[in-house]
Amino acid sequence: MAKRDRLSGNEAVAIALRQINPDVFPAFPITPSTEIPQYFASFVANGQVDTEFIPVESEHSSMSAAIGASAAGARSLTATSSCGLAYMWEELYIAASNRLPLALALVNRALSGPININCDHSDSMGARDSGWIQIYAENNQEAYDNMVQAYRISEHQDVRLPIMICQDGFITSHAVENIELLEDDEVKNFVGEYRPENYLLNPECPMAVGPYSITDYYMEAKRNQAEGMKHVEQVVLDVAEEFAKVSGREYGLFEEYCMDDAEVAVVMIGSAAGTTKDAIDKLRAEGKKVGLLKIRLFRPFPADAIAKALSNVKAVAIMDRAEGYTNHGGPLGADVMSALFRARSQALAVNYIYGLGGRDVRVEDMESIFATLEQIVKNNDAGETYRYLGIRE
Amino acid sequence: MNYNFKETMSKPERLAPGHRMCAGCGGTIAVRNVLRGLHEGDKAVIGNATGCLEVSTFTYPYTAWEDSYIHNAFENAGATLSGVEGAYKALRRKGKLDETYKFITFGGDGGTYDIGFQSLSGAMERNTDMVYVCYDNGAYMNTGIQRSSATPMYADTTTTPVGSESNGKPQNRKDLAAIIAAHDIPYVAQTTFVQNFKDLHVKSEKAIYTPGAAFLNIMAPCPRGWRYNTPDIMEICKLGVETCYWPLFEVVDGKWILNYEPKKKLPIEDFLKPQGRFKHLFKKGNEYLIEEFQKEVDRRWEELQFRCSR
Amino acid sequence: MATDITKLGVKATWRELTEGMVIAGVGTSKDFNTGEWSTEKPVFIEGKCKQCLLCVPVCPDSSIPVKDGKRMAFDYDHCKGCGICVKSCPFGAITMEGVE
Repeated sequence: MAKRDRLSGNEAVAIALRQINPDVFPAFPITPSTEIPQYFASFVANGQVDTEFIPVESEHSSMSAAIGASAAGARSLTATSSCGLAYMWEELYIAASNRLPLALALVNRALSGPININCDHSDSMGARDSGWIQIYAENNQEAYDNMVQAYRISEHQDVRLPIMICQDGFITSHAVENIELLEDDEVKNFVGEYRPENYLLNPECPMAVGPYSITDYYMEAKRNQAEGMKHVEQVVLDVAEEFAKVSGREYGLFEEYCMDDAEVAVVMIGSAAGTTKDAIDKLRAEGKKVGLLKIRLFRPFPADAIAKALSNVKAVAIMDRAEGYTNHGGPLGADVMSALFRARSQALAVNYIYGLGGRDVRVEDMESIFATLEQIVKNNDAGETYRYLGIRE
Repeated sequence: MNYNFKETMSKPERLAPGHRMCAGCGGTIAVRNVLRGLHEGDKAVIGNATGCLEVSTFTYPYTAWEDSYIHNAFENAGATLSGVEGAYKALRRKGKLDETYKFITFGGDGGTYDIGFQSLSGAMERNTDMVYVCYDNGAYMNTGIQRSSATPMYADTTTTPVGSESNGKPQNRKDLAAIIAAHDIPYVAQTTFVQNFKDLHVKSEKAIYTPGAAFLNIMAPCPRGWRYNTPDIMEICKLGVETCYWPLFEVVDGKWILNYEPKKKLPIEDFLKPQGRFKHLFKKGNEYLIEEFQKEVDRRWEELQFRCSR
Repeated sequence: MATDITKLGVKATWRELTEGMVIAGVGTSKDFNTGEWSTEKPVFIEGKCKQCLLCVPVCPDSSIPVKDGKRMAFDYDHCKGCGICVKSCPFGAITMEGVE
């Protein structure tokens, strides 16, 4: 039986974590993710979970302790944002290379500098090559649902990789919206028990983790790790299918909104997709064939499926909420364009940088993007492919 | 605590041979003997900061450890074992684990005094039920003998080289044992390889079986970095203690205890002389440097005696 | 189940490596011969040995095994010939060229 409530994204994720009742949660506060460990600490204080909550002295230590706990045989996680994620950087790679299925509740926030506490994706985009699975949410419901599905994906025996569950700072994390929660038992049964194969606290067989690898092994080790990533897409789909049976809510690798007959489309990640849907509803009412492809799974990158979904589109705007400083656009732009190129797509593609440091994205902004795409189709020329949305010139 | 040397030496070896530490390494002598503090049959998880010890004792696929072992990175051995110990508590609480485990982390002075200091301080402040063991060889030996905050004054290292304008490291070493003691944890001790290892064995057992956080600082000479005659390690350690350069003490629940007072405190030259890293101090005209060194040793020794007399 | 490291030689394929590069089990380094690092080795003169075991803790290479309270022969597969044990013996029961 679903329960209706009104919650912020942070509270929704915290509730998912209470329902999961993980073993170890080391944490260090950073805006705007701070509320997640705060809510969780109150669950611990009130005996609603029997998790070991470790209030560490930095984000580097929160990820380090989460790694230690996971290697020891516990289901572990931490939460962070922005500079906190940056401070964990080397640990992200270690978690992934050790094949530890721990989770990170990431609340996306701009990286310094200048220091800014609001949303963009520069933090997680920088971590895109660290070997973590990255799943993004548009709203609090998706943040909650993704958290509930997280361990089923990361702990899957064909995967065993860490997973980052991302939501947009403040826009999702702090805005209160209607939400449907699963019952505690439903979550417990869905997530199941964690049964690692090898772990430090296995009395039957001790284990050594974190070796020095000479050159003879390093490249093979990386290839071995990549194999786990190869299985993620299918596992994400399988877990989503099972989740739909429990929740009635359907998820895939990405969401297609009005894409069936779309001639122009926007590809984007996160909360601004909601704004884009409003723009699409308005333009559709005017008879315009516009659509949205909202990325859910960004790492690994479902390039083939994305190219297929865009195969009938004449022009596409790829929206990056992070700079790439390549002089050509951002990371999502690079990945989508490469997917289109591999699929020999004839679509004209432009890449926008938008919404940095919490810059608001309005319905009119997205309407202007669709108008630009129409013009591009008319001209049969993408023009400048590296653009900024709403920048003061 | 009843101590019996022969019984201690008859315990099963917990650091297997075949590791790739240098011939004559003080680090592995420290590790082997600390692990003899574990009671037979008790399980342990060993943590390790990046350093010589890590790259040499777990070179894939060869682990020298006879217990579960985790290396994470250079600066986070304290936090990593905090997570392991947290997992232990959680799994026990949830009825998923019955066995008793002890948690011991090893780090060199680089991973302990310097880059790993924050993580260590956090783990100690949280009173994590673990022992952090620093095998202090007074420089970043793994990367090629660069100075650390544990390097003694005037030591010739590759980042404080002796030259026409340099007498080696200009600063004194950090007193880490005192800093950790200031965390008010239940047990802190400093030791080295003297008295046929009784001091080290007894302190290791105490540290391992004291509930809560414990810290051991062990002077573990490095023949390459210190440039002494490799077989002389025990003599070097003895001179460290007899000159009061490396005093043996404990801080038990905040109470400072001096474990050994030399009958006749030897001049610091005796400790410095056999070590190539201090060779320049013995050049004519540099006598004042040795005097300075002696003054600092005296000052610290008096400070320690004062702490232990209260 | 403990990892069989004999399958993890430097020619192992990526599929053969252990997941996450973990080694299940302990003490696999015994299979790695460090004894060949030096040609000079300590010599144990059993007749002079009083079994005080003082040589045991000083060995950095765990190459002086103890059995039933008595030290055994040197483990030359792993002894790196550092010479520390020679100095630790009060009875002259260990000798080695160049170490007094």
